[in-house]
Amino acid sequence: MKLHSPVRLLLAALLVLGASLALLTWSPNRLLTGQGLGLGSLQTAWAAWLWLPALPLLAGPWLPERRVLQWLQLLAAVLLSSVLLAVAGQEALLRSGGEDSLVRVSFGGGFWLLQLACWLQLSEQLRVLADSVPRRSAVVLAALLPHAWLLLDGRLDALSLLKEYDNHGETFGQALQQHLQLVGFSLLPALGIGTALGVLAFRRQGVRALLFPVLNVVQTIPSIALFGLLIGPLAWLGKQLPGWGIAGVGMAPALLALTLYSLLPMTRGTLAGLAQVPVAVRDAARGIGLSPWQIFWRVELPLALPVFLGGVRVTAVQAVGLAEVAALIGAGGFGAIMFQGLSSSALDLVLLGVIPVVALAVSVDTAFKILISCLRRGQHD
Amino acid sequence: MSRLATGLHARRWLLAGSALLAGWLLYLPHSEAWFARWFPELERPLYQQEGFGTLVLAHLGIVTVSSGIAVLLGVSAGLLAGSRFGRAFRPLLETILAISQALPPVAVLAVAAPLVGFGSTPALIALILYGLLPVTQGTLTGMDSVDRDTQAVAQGLGMTRLQILRHVTLPLAAPVMLAGVRTAVVINIGTAAIASTVGAKTLGLPIIVGLSGFNTAYVIQGAVLVALLAIVADQLFEWLEERVTPHLPARAGS
Repeated sequence: MKLHSPVRLLLAALLVLGASLALLTWSPNRLLTGQGLGLGSLQTAWAAWLWLPALPLLAGPWLPERRVLQWLQLLAAVLLSSVLLAVAGQEALLRSGGEDSLVRVSFGGGFWLLQLACWLQLSEQLRVLADSVPRRSAVVLAALLPHAWLLLDGRLDALSLLKEYDNHGETFGQALQQHLQLVGFSLLPALGIGTALGVLAFRRQGVRALLFPVLNVVQTIPSIALFGLLIGPLAWLGKQLPGWGIAGVGMAPALLALTLYSLLPMTRGTLAGLAQVPVAVRDAARGIGLSPWQIFWRVELPLALPVFLGGVRVTAVQAVGLAEVAALIGAGGFGAIMFQGLSSSALDLVLLGVIPVVALAVSVDTAFKILISCLRRGQHD
Repeated sequence: MSRLATGLHARRWLLAGSALLAGWLLYLPHSEAWFARWFPELERPLYQQEGFGTLVLAHLGIVTVSSGIAVLLGVSAGLLAGSRFGRAFRPLLETILAISQALPPVAVLAVAAPLVGFGSTPALIALILYGLLPVTQGTLTGMDSVDRDTQAVAQGLGMTRLQILRHVTLPLAAPVMLAGVRTAVVINIGTAAIASTVGAKTLGLPIIVGLSGFNTAYVIQGAVLVALLAIVADQLFEWLEERVTPHLPARAGS
């Protein structure tokens, strides 16, 4: 038999490694370290069905590159990932006892490794099977449907992660709202100021030479330090202007810091977008008698838009991640849940604060990528 | 302008940052009266649990060790993915790098701590893992930036694959690779500060103690040091990048 893909061999090895580790961990309560439950010791009767989607993936390295076989492996990866999740949910239900039981069943290292192998397999097949960003995203979204159904149908409720969600339901909703506020209200001013600075830097060489070193230094200052440094001045400002809702801790310093961080990528994106508009196009626009203002709105802006939106994409993803640290200065958001889990050493509570942030960052990233890809295609037609 | 003046002007951020860092470190032990004037309501306006010098050294220790390991692993991964044998793995590596971008560094730290216990170990693990991303990315981009023709010429001169890598590709890719290391080090300086929340002894300690005890003076003392440290490290790498960038021989008369 001929080895067709060393990459799929690596992924198959990852699958075998994942299967040999503990799929889940079981512990009598949320604070004790759990004992591992391997694939062999599962009580779920239909866990043996895991073999069905696993087989094509294990044979994958020796399968020839044919479209049917590639779709088959993609389907197998999606199936394996969802069946794994279903097995985890069912196993947790079987082992956790009654409603008031303190028993916790959590995901183990094996579960994460197997999921990683599945999703890498999916991306590896998608690379060949779907050529455009919107098409790839559509397949990934479809692949997430079974997972979403398992979650919404309550089939995962016995897992420790979902129990943490149950216990912190109200905080979770509040954290989501605060996190979105932090990102939204820092991006809006940054969008305005960053665009203006970018246009200015494009028009005037002197501004560019002065502006970028300063923005670079701001970007270099670690988030925890910048948040901390803004506490003093804002507390002072709050005392001078009572009634404005400004305080040293909370939303004010967090929003200010996030806006400052957003300025560099936003300005850079605007400048890069304007700089790549061909000089000939600009000359032609001037030649047919457009005013500078018309040239900006009707020629430069549409042509700069894809690159500019690329800058917004980087800024937004960065803001979603940075907002996680803002919880340290009392601005809330998912970071609050994460740090609460950290201080009580409860991994599932940490994950409850981390997974939504990663999901949010990936969604924002993908949404912008689809938008940019559609814009570019529209321009080429 | 004389050459010295030009050089000083080009390095002004590095010089100013270093001077401020040294000055702040020397002044801090004697600054109690000054902070007491600004924060009259605080009983102890100066952080004294540990010396700031000790904290700076501990901070730099964690960052240096983790960044060193990250550079070793990241450059190896990048070189492997650029080699003839590893080329097939490159898209997979790029997918992993792209996905990991969505992971904030503090999240890696928070997940590692409950798993391996509190202290410096989770900090080191998180810093190594997160440092790997920019280093690997920088190595890949750097190798791509080297002109294919230049490599072909080297081959034509009879150089072996290894010789080309050592004498042609690596020196030409060095500035971009260093840019990756620069990003890793600067991010790690910030993450190491946050690592104080999991019990690592770093400059984040006064910040975290100050935040939880409503002692803004502590927060400022730590935050200024962390900020200056990051700026100086960043500027140091910029200088290094310029040093390793191959320059065309200066034209006569310039």
